[in-house]
Amino acid sequence: MHIFTNPNYNFLRWRWHAVVLSWVLIIAGLVTIYTKGMAKGIEFAGGTTVIMQFDTTPSVEAVRDALNKNYPGGGQDAIVQSYGDPSLRQVMVRVPQVGAEQGASLSASAQNVEDALRKANLGNFKVVGTEIVGPSVGEELTQKGIWAFVLSLIGILGYIAFRYEFSFAVGAVVATLHDVLVTFAFLAFFRYDLTLNVIAALLTVTGYSTNDTIVIFDRVRENMRKMRRESLSEIINIAINQTLGRTVITAGTALLSAIALFLFGGEVLHGFAFTMIVGIITGTYSSVFVAAAIVTFWRRTKPSKLSTATTAPVAAPAAASSRKSKSQRKARAS
Amino acid sequence: MNKNIRWKVITIVAVLVIFAGVGVYPILASMYHWPMPGWLQQKQLKLGLDLKGGVHLVLRVQRDDAIRLETETEAERLRDTLRTRNIPFTSINSPSISQIRVEGIPPAQDAAFRDASVDLATNFDRSPGTNGSYTFNMKPNVQNTLRTEAVTQALQTIERRVNELGVAEPQIAEQGADGDEILVQLPGVTDVQHAKEIIRSTGLLELKIVEGGPASTKEELGQNGVPPEGMEVIPGSADTTGGGTVYYMVRRAAAVSGRDITNARPSVDQNNLPAVSFTLSSEGARKFGTVTETNIGRRLAIILDGRVMSAPTIQSRITDNGQITGVSRDEVSDLSLILKSGALPVNLSYLEERTIGPSLGADSIRSGIEASVVGLLLIIMFMLIYYRLSGVNAIIALIFNLIILLGLMAYIGAVMTLPGIAGFVLTMGIGVDSNVLIFERIKEELEAQHGVRASINAGFSRVFLTLLDTHISALIAALFLIQFGTGPIRGFAYTLIIGLASNLFTSTFVSKTLFELELSRHSQRQQAATLSI
Repeated sequence: MHIFTNPNYNFLRWRWHAVVLSWVLIIAGLVTIYTKGMAKGIEFAGGTTVIMQFDTTPSVEAVRDALNKNYPGGGQDAIVQSYGDPSLRQVMVRVPQVGAEQGASLSASAQNVEDALRKANLGNFKVVGTEIVGPSVGEELTQKGIWAFVLSLIGILGYIAFRYEFSFAVGAVVATLHDVLVTFAFLAFFRYDLTLNVIAALLTVTGYSTNDTIVIFDRVRENMRKMRRESLSEIINIAINQTLGRTVITAGTALLSAIALFLFGGEVLHGFAFTMIVGIITGTYSSVFVAAAIVTFWRRTKPSKLSTATTAPVAAPAAASSRKSKSQRKARAS
Repeated sequence: MNKNIRWKVITIVAVLVIFAGVGVYPILASMYHWPMPGWLQQKQLKLGLDLKGGVHLVLRVQRDDAIRLETETEAERLRDTLRTRNIPFTSINSPSISQIRVEGIPPAQDAAFRDASVDLATNFDRSPGTNGSYTFNMKPNVQNTLRTEAVTQALQTIERRVNELGVAEPQIAEQGADGDEILVQLPGVTDVQHAKEIIRSTGLLELKIVEGGPASTKEELGQNGVPPEGMEVIPGSADTTGGGTVYYMVRRAAAVSGRDITNARPSVDQNNLPAVSFTLSSEGARKFGTVTETNIGRRLAIILDGRVMSAPTIQSRITDNGQITGVSRDEVSDLSLILKSGALPVNLSYLEERTIGPSLGADSIRSGIEASVVGLLLIIMFMLIYYRLSGVNAIIALIFNLIILLGLMAYIGAVMTLPGIAGFVLTMGIGVDSNVLIFERIKEELEAQHGVRASINAGFSRVFLTLLDTHISALIAALFLIQFGTGPIRGFAYTLIIGLASNLFTSTFVSKTLFELELSRHSQRQQAATLSI
C-alpha cells in the first residue's frame, strides 16, 4: 500500500511562503505573549492550588463568591475551575503568591481557601490535593530549563555538524527553535498554562522534530553521493519526496497517540497532549520547510562538501548568514 | 531454520523472558496476587508521587544559621577563657554572623590576650583595632565548610526522622543550584501538617543551670532587665505552670545538649504524667555527672527549642539518664522521635509543598494508561492495515520494546511519573518511526526490482545509519536534560535514554530476525510473491 506513488512535489518552491507563514505565527505569538503574558503554571509562577472533591459540585460562581467574601484580601485574583471528569465532582482553586511567604506560613493560603469555602456552606467536601510553590522556585526552574535546552541544542548542532556538515546542523537547530517558538505561540493563543508537563511535551516535540530532520538530511546526503548533476535544491527536493511517505506515516501515528492523550488522558495531561499535537504538526512542517530550506539559503552558492569532497563550507554567503543570525537572535530574544 | 537464525531467535527470547520477568511480571503479580519472590518485589517499577499520591516537600536550609551558631559558640568560649585567665575586657559581641568583636583589652594584657585567642585564630582572621579592640572574621573556607556541613547534617537528621515515622520508600535528596535545598518525598502520606512539623522541628535540647527565677517578668531578672554577661533569660512553657509565662535566668553555656543524647523514649514521671526519658552518651554522662555533682541543690533547666520545659532541683549526681516532664500526651512520641534523631543544626523553611491525594494520583494513572492503550491500539490498527503482514512484525517489535523498557526501568529502580509516561509515548513514536523508515526503504528497493532478500538486507543496512544518527542526537539532548534538569524532567530523560537503547535493539535486530525467519520458510522462488509489506 502506498500513500503517495512516486511523489514529485516541488517543496522548495514554497519555501518563501513558508518563511512568511512561520514569521507571522511566531510574531503573532510573541505579540500575544507580550501583551497578554504567558499563562504560567504554579511551578513557574508560585502560588497555591487546592483541589477539592465535593459531595455535590457547586457552581464556579458560588465558589468564587465564597472566596470573595471569606478569603483574606478577596478572591478577585483566584482562578476557579472544575477539575477533571465532571463525575469526580472536583473543583480547583488557585490563588497567587502573596508577598514572600516563608516557612510555616507557606501553607496558610491553602488553609485559607479551605476555610473560606467551608464558611460559605457549599456542601461537604474534602481536599484531595494541594500544591504550594514558593516564589523563588519558578525562577530557578526557568533558568535551569533554558540552560538545559540551549546546551542540548548546541550538542545536537555539534553532532550533526560532525556527521553531516555545518549547514545541515544549522538547519536542524533553527528548525527546532522554530518549533519551540511556534508551539509557544499556540500555547499563548489558547491560554494553556506553562507547566512542567508542558515543558516535557515540548522536549518530546523537539526530539521528534530533530528526528524528522535527520531522516531527510540522511537522504540528502545519500543522494549527494549518487546524483552528481542535480543542483542542491533538486537533490533536497528529491530527498523530501522520497521520504514523504515515511514523514506522513510517522507524523500520522504520532498524532494518533497525541490525540488519544488529549481526549482520554485526563486533566493533568491536557496541556501536555495539546503541546504534542501542535508540536508534531509544526515539527513535520519545519523539517521540510525550515530545515531543508535553511540549507539551501545557507549555501546557495557554495559547492557541497559531500558531492565534491574538496571544499568545506567555511564561509556562507553574506546575505544568507545575516538572515540566519537575525533569526537566531530573534529566537533567543524571545 | 538455519543455525544463524536459531541463535538469533534464542537471544531474542532470552532477552524477552528476562525483561518480562523483571518488568512485567511484578506488575501483573501485584494485580492478581500471584506469588513473587522478595528480591523481585524490591525491583518492582515504582510509581512517582504524581501517580501514587503522597507528600512532596522542598525545604531550604538556612545555612547562615550554622555560621551564626559557630560564631556565638566561639564568642562564648573566648569569654570563658578570658575570665579564667583574668584578662579584663569591656565587651565581646558579634556585629555580623561571621564576626566577633572584642573591646577594651588593656595594653598591658595585649600579649596575654593574643595568647588566649590562639584557638580562636585557627578559624578566624584576627585584626587589631584602636583602644585595645580586636575583630575576628571567620575564614571564608571555614564558612564554606560550615555551610556544606549544615546541609549534610540537616539531610541526615531529616532522613532519620522520616525513617522513624515509618514511611515506605521515602526519597530525601539534596537539590537546587546552590545546594541548599532538600527534597523530601513521602509516598502514601496524607497528613502533611504532621509530617512537616516533625521534619522541621529544631529539636534542640539543652540542659542549663538556673541562676535566677522563675520570675513573672523578664525585668525582675538581672540588673534593669539586662542579664549579666554569660547569662540569658529564657521563657518557660506556659502550660506547665497553668498561669502566665515565667522566665528563668540560666547560664548561657549548656551543661549538656541534644548532641549527647543516644536514645529517647516515651515514659511517665513520678506523678504518672507523660514524660520523655533520655539516655546520654558516655561523654555526655561524664559532663553531666560533673555539673550535677557541683550544683546539688540548685535547679537545672531543661530547655527545648528555646523554652524551659521544666526546672527540677538537682538532688544528687546524675550521669546518663534524664527525663523531660511537662509534655502533653500527644507530643510524647513525636518529641522522643525528634530527640532520638538529633537536633537540626539550622533552621529550615519550606519552599514548595505538594500533596497529591491517592484518588487524584489514581485518576491520573488510569487516564494516562487508558490514553496510552488507545493510542497504541490505533497505531497497531494502522500498521496492520498499511503494512499487512509486515505490520505484525512491527507490532511485535514495538511490544518487545515496551517490555524491555519496563524491565530496564524496574531494574535500575527508575520511578514512573507523568513526564515519564511522556518519555514512553516518545519511545513508542520513535519505535514506530524506525519500523516505518525500514519498511518504506524495503518497498523502494522492491520497486527497483532488487529481489526480496536483497531488498530486506538493503533496507536494514541503509536505514541503520539513519537510525544511529537520530538515536544519538536524541541521546545527546537527553544527557543534557539529566545534567541540568529538575526532577520530573530528569525522569523524562531517563525513560527516553532507556527507550532509545531498547528501540535500537528491537527495530534493527528483532525486526530483522523476524523477516529472516519468514524468509527461511520459503524457497527462493516464492519469496517475491510472499513478502507482504
